[in-house]
Amino acid sequence: MSSTPFYTPPRWSATFDAHSIAEIHRAAQTGIYDIRGGGAKRKVPHFDDLLFLGASVSRYPLEGYREKCGTDVVLGTRFAKKPIHLKIPVTIAGMSFGSLSGNAKDALGRGATQMGTSTTTGDGGMTQEERKSSKTLVYQLLPSRYGMNPDDLRKADAIEVVVGQGAKPGGGGMLLGMKITERVAKMRTLPVGIDQRSACRHPDWTGPDDLTIKIQELREITDWEKPIYVKVGATRPYYDVALAVKAGADVVVLDGMQGGTAATQDVFIEHVGIPILAAIRPAVQALQDLDMHRKVQLIVSGGIRNGADVAKALAMGADAVAIGTAALVALGDNDPHWEEEYKKLGTTAGCYDDWHEGRDPAGITTQDPELSKRLDPVKAGHRLANYLAVLTMETQIIARACGKSHVHNLEPDDLVALTVEAAAMAGVPLAGTNWIPGRNGM
Amino acid sequence: MNVVDLSQTPLRELHTRLHNLPKDTNERLWKLINVHGEHACAVGLTQPIEVHIHGHIGYYCAGMNKEATVVIHGQCGVGVAENMMSGEVRVKGTASSAAGATGQGGLLVIEGDAGTRCGISMKGIDIVVGGSVGAMSAFMGQAGSLVVLGDAGANLGDSLYEARLYVRGKVESLGADCVPKQMTPHHVAKLGRLLKRAGMDADPKDFKRYGSARKLYNFHVDNVDAY
Amino acid sequence: MCGIVGLFLKNPALQSSLGSHLETMLIGMTERGPDSAGIAVYHSPVAKGRSKLTLFNADEAYPWRKLAGDLAAALNVETDVSQKGNHALLVAETTEAKVIDWVHAEHPEVRIMGYGSLMEVYKDMGLPGDVAKKYGLAGMSGTHAIGHTRMATESAVTTEHSHPFTPAPDMCLVHNGSLSNHNNLRKWLKKQGQSFDTDNDSEVAARYFAYRLSEGATLKEALEAGLTDLDGFFTFTMGTKDGFAVVRDAIACKPAVLAENDDWVAMASEFRSLAYLPNVDKAKIWEPAPATVYTWSLH
Repeated sequence: MSSTPFYTPPRWSATFDAHSIAEIHRAAQTGIYDIRGGGAKRKVPHFDDLLFLGASVSRYPLEGYREKCGTDVVLGTRFAKKPIHLKIPVTIAGMSFGSLSGNAKDALGRGATQMGTSTTTGDGGMTQEERKSSKTLVYQLLPSRYGMNPDDLRKADAIEVVVGQGAKPGGGGMLLGMKITERVAKMRTLPVGIDQRSACRHPDWTGPDDLTIKIQELREITDWEKPIYVKVGATRPYYDVALAVKAGADVVVLDGMQGGTAATQDVFIEHVGIPILAAIRPAVQALQDLDMHRKVQLIVSGGIRNGADVAKALAMGADAVAIGTAALVALGDNDPHWEEEYKKLGTTAGCYDDWHEGRDPAGITTQDPELSKRLDPVKAGHRLANYLAVLTMETQIIARACGKSHVHNLEPDDLVALTVEAAAMAGVPLAGTNWIPGRNGM
Repeated sequence: MNVVDLSQTPLRELHTRLHNLPKDTNERLWKLINVHGEHACAVGLTQPIEVHIHGHIGYYCAGMNKEATVVIHGQCGVGVAENMMSGEVRVKGTASSAAGATGQGGLLVIEGDAGTRCGISMKGIDIVVGGSVGAMSAFMGQAGSLVVLGDAGANLGDSLYEARLYVRGKVESLGADCVPKQMTPHHVAKLGRLLKRAGMDADPKDFKRYGSARKLYNFHVDNVDAY
Repeated sequence: MCGIVGLFLKNPALQSSLGSHLETMLIGMTERGPDSAGIAVYHSPVAKGRSKLTLFNADEAYPWRKLAGDLAAALNVETDVSQKGNHALLVAETTEAKVIDWVHAEHPEVRIMGYGSLMEVYKDMGLPGDVAKKYGLAGMSGTHAIGHTRMATESAVTTEHSHPFTPAPDMCLVHNGSLSNHNNLRKWLKKQGQSFDTDNDSEVAARYFAYRLSEGATLKEALEAGLTDLDGFFTFTMGTKDGFAVVRDAIACKPAVLAENDDWVAMASEFRSLAYLPNVDKAKIWEPAPATVYTWSLH
């Protein structure tokens, strides 16, 4: 018989896991909710659960290079005098100067321009640098209206009315004191160093009937030249898209729960809003029911990482995608190069999400001039352009394999699902079967 | 003077004319008739011209105004002079809610009453109201002055930043972090000048001043009830 | 989301022009609600012991005369019916409840739009001006009228989901806004005995008020209870046999304008709908305060 004591390994609770316990400790100590940047981090059904059906005996592929696979997109054909022509179906999502450094905004503009696509301003207004470096710039109209002015409205190439974003549908902007520097404060008409409290509703309209009138006003101010986008976080996508169309939008931007934010409460990010995979099909259905598919364009975002994600979003009916988090990573966010500094911040490269603190070693989500210097806008711009090029080529590879001469010809029938959830959400059959769960209901 | 009949001329055409006036234009005086509650009228102006609107006008009249003087001889709808940058907008009648919303500069004068949320999120505009203002006025007011000769509805200045509020009549209640403040000779003089600019015959000494207690400027758990 | 209007006449001399004024008010709300329109007009009260119902069937060739005849025979009462578009006005020498039970049992294909002793309700798809013309609104006289123009939100565009909702005799409700707790409230109201025709949030509000009134609350008390029990954004305008009421929620984000002079009281989502009323220049014009009930009565 053995004389050593009986050993049972320590057992973690699936419910009270390490993260939950640490969070309760932190809440008890500070009395404030956990704030962070980024999008939903927990695993949710996503594009990885879908696969393409490539060429076979019944479907023939296109040759790379010689046989053209078009990637261009036109946005804003419904009402605008000057629709936007993009070379690639990937745009840069709205991110503010304030949450990002000036160098980061400059880099985004450079990279996007190099590849023939657009960037978007954020909560806080348009900087001269971004207007200069970004050939096609979308100007956001947010509930806070920080920095909003008609001159910038007239300088913009499109206007995006922000109802919400995927990370926090129903929430307003948040920027904490350490990032409200003199320049940021001046742009936003706020005292330096305070914690910005932002409105979650627009000040002068609530609801689609009044949004219709607001869009009218924006068109009259800009002489009907520019496309008007309406951006919503993914919650009730069928109705939101239908209402945006009825309110007069040229383009709808739909952001899923994996979409990032500069700063908000962790509970908001993880528990409000739905995955983009679940939102696209109802959104496209709404457009089709109104006979507006391809007439009002749909841009989707929230967790787009590679060309497969782009291709799948397009196959489900989107006209283009937007990237936010991925664009920052391409610039250098969470680069292992800064691992020593991430360790000092209590984290590691790939996990760093305390962007609200403004201490980003990569110089991207910070206002600190010393840290910002680390990001060379020209070099970072090239990195972004490289990444956008890869996204585009990957999308084309997949499209050609499915026999498409333009990425917009990708369709739901090119897709199958690996899981029951993904099949039900995307409305495509489980691989190797004819079965689409829940086909009778929405 | 240019007279434009909005029952004959589409709004788009009017705006194309107004937005393309040369800097040294002689066409400085405009009169709009048959307006009938039209929305987004005289918006996005950029020149120091004068536009007189005869009749009742809809939402967002004189929205994002720069330099121009717009006078509404009637009532106006939601968001008059929203996000105004400079110039002057005057409403002879009453204004609906969100008057002067997010305005960054210029002067908005409402001779009658204003609805709820007058001066919401104001960012530098001066608003002078001859009558009373509705509930939640100056909500999240960041900069500028709101002057009310009549009464103010519930929750005045809720979540206030640095905007200055002057009320001559009763205040139904103050919002979160909005507190009474002292009227020093400096404030009296400044208010006096503003009242004069607005053409309001009132003694600045009859007004009480309200402003931010600044307790919500940095998040603290002790203020959790205010959130 | 939509536009709402209401007109309540204090001066009997204006009754003959009630319909034409309401038509103008309704047309002013076209941009807010281009999908469908609904009107409730309080006029031509029927004699005691009789009831008036507005019925609907999408087929304009529906045999209304036969239905009226069958009803007369079945209940042994006098009936009279006249057709307007795809609606029919039925007057019967009995209670509404008896007629409604018979119609539900014998003619489930017919929808009851409204009932009482004087209220008539017309709801149809299309532009407000076209709906008004189709039902001859301009020619209707009466004491008060309420209208609604609709842009569909969370339910489909059919007249089934159109306002006004009419949960009780001579009672109607129109709503601009969006409730947030209507699903739970619907379950509770079902337990109290209310039955629902749609999944619409506004119908929940209408039946909630009908429930309160049936439990003995005054119009004011019912609406004040609603301020506590209903969550979300709303401007309501309600009509009863001799009453008219307007209320907004505490946050008051949905628009509302009231105008009153010695001759009339009017309500609309935007002033443009009030701009043509007689002597509006001399009327008191104001926006209803948040969480405050405004009521007027003919008596």
